Amino acid sequence: MTAELFQRDRVWQPPAYTPNYKSSVNRSPNLAPLSLEMTQSELTAPRFGHDVIDPIDCDLIRNYAKTGDPIGERIIVHGRVLDENGRPVPHTLVEVWQANAGGRYRHKNDTYFAPIDPNFGGCGRVLSDAEGRYMFRTIKPGAYPFRNWINSWRPAHIHISVFGPAFAQRLITQMYFEGDPLIPKCAIINAIPDQRAIDGLVAALDLNETIPLDTIAYKFDIVLRGQRSTFFENRPEGN
Amino acid sequence: MVQSLNYLKETASQTAGPYVHIGLAPGAAGFDIYRKELGHDIAGPNAKGERITVTGIVYDGIGAPIKDILIETWQANADGVYPGAGDVEEGFVGWGRAISDFDTGRFTFETVKPGRVMGRNGKLMAPHISLWLVARGINLGLSTRMYFSDEADANAEDQVLNLVGPPERRSTMIASRDGSTYTFDIRVQGDNETVFLDV
Repeated sequence: MTAELFQRDRVWQPPAYTPNYKSSVNRSPNLAPLSLEMTQSELTAPRFGHDVIDPIDCDLIRNYAKTGDPIGERIIVHGRVLDENGRPVPHTLVEVWQANAGGRYRHKNDTYFAPIDPNFGGCGRVLSDAEGRYMFRTIKPGAYPFRNWINSWRPAHIHISVFGPAFAQRLITQMYFEGDPLIPKCAIINAIPDQRAIDGLVAALDLNETIPLDTIAYKFDIVLRGQRSTFFENRPEGN
Repeated sequence: MVQSLNYLKETASQTAGPYVHIGLAPGAAGFDIYRKELGHDIAGPNAKGERITVTGIVYDGIGAPIKDILIETWQANADGVYPGAGDVEEGFVGWGRAISDFDTGRFTFETVKPGRVMGRNGKLMAPHISLWLVARGINLGLSTRMYFSDEADANAEDQVLNLVGPPERRSTMIASRDGSTYTFDIRVQGDNETVFLDV
C-alpha cells in the first residue's frame, strides 16, 4: 500500500463534458463527482511481472510480423514514468495501442478504407525498469478521419495506459508527435483546457536515441499523481 | 515572489477511444497477439469465499447501452486483503477487465465476493469492488464502487455510502442479488445517474 496521493487537479485534466468532442455530450455525468478521502481501495493496485509480460511484447515491429516487417516509419518511443515529485515509478505496466502507418486499426469495428497491414497488430506492453524507464519499437501511426465534424481528422497518436502503485493513479492518455499540424485542430485534444497540459502530450523528436540508418526516436515522459511524503491520520471529523 | 514549488503536473488524460480493445483486450478486437491476455481471471483457482458473477449494462444519457465500454475492477479477497497489502491466495490478482458485448452492451465478470476492508479512522468498509470505466466520449476514466444488496447492515454503516448526500442516490452503487449473480447497471448521465467518485 502506497502513501496518500496528491489531489487530482481537475482543472488541469479535461472536464467530462466537452461538446466539441461530440461523443462526450451524452457520456458525461451531469452531477459532480463525490470526492473521497483515500482508503486501501484507492491506494493499492495490481502488480504485473515478467511471468506474464514477454520481451517481444514491446516490439510492435516484430510482435505480429507474419511474412516480413510492417510498412512505415520505424520509430522508438521511450521515456520515463515519474510521479509529480519527479520520482521514478518502477516496474509498472505500460500498455500501448495504435493505428498502422495508414491510419487503420486492426479492429473489427474499424471500416476506414486504408488497408490493414498484414504484419502489424498495433498493440504492445512493457514494464518500466527500476528507474521508471520504458521503451517501445513501432511504426509511426498515420492520421485518420473520425465522425465528429464532417471533416475531423485525428493527429497521429499512440494510446497509452499506465498503472502505478495505487489504483487511483490509473491513467489512459494519448501521445502525439512533435510538429504535427493536426494537433491544434483536434477536438479531443482541445478538451484539455490548459495549453501546458496539451504540450505535455506531445513527444519530442529525440535524435540522441535515434539509431543511425535504422530507427528514429521520440521521447515521452509520463507523470502519475504524486505521493504525499508524510501521513498524519486525521481526527475523524466532528470527534 | 516566492520559491517555485517545482512539482511536475500529472499527464493529462485522453479518451481511450473506440478501439481500446486493441490495446487492452486484443482478443475482442479480433486478433490474438500475447501469450497471456490480462484481466480475465480475477480470483484464480485457489481463492476462498463465494464465487459470484457480476453483470450489467452501462447506459448513456439517452438510455442507450454503451457498447464500447471497458471496465477495470479492483477488489480485496474474501478476507478483505488486497494483493500488495497482505498475503492473498496464490493466483488471486484482485484485478480484472470486462468489456461490453459489441451487440448488446452487456458486460460480465466472474470473481469471488470480497470481504470487508479497513477504511479510515479504524472503521470497516462494507464489501465493495472498485470500478474504473473508460470508453470513447469519456475524457477521464470514471471511478465508482459496486456494493452488494445482501450486505444491508454493512452498507448502512459504510463511510463512503454515507457520504452520498441524498440517500436515494446510494442505491445506484448497490448491485442486486439473484442467486449467485449480481446485476449492476451503470447510468453515466441523467435519471438515476450512478454516483461517480473523485478518488
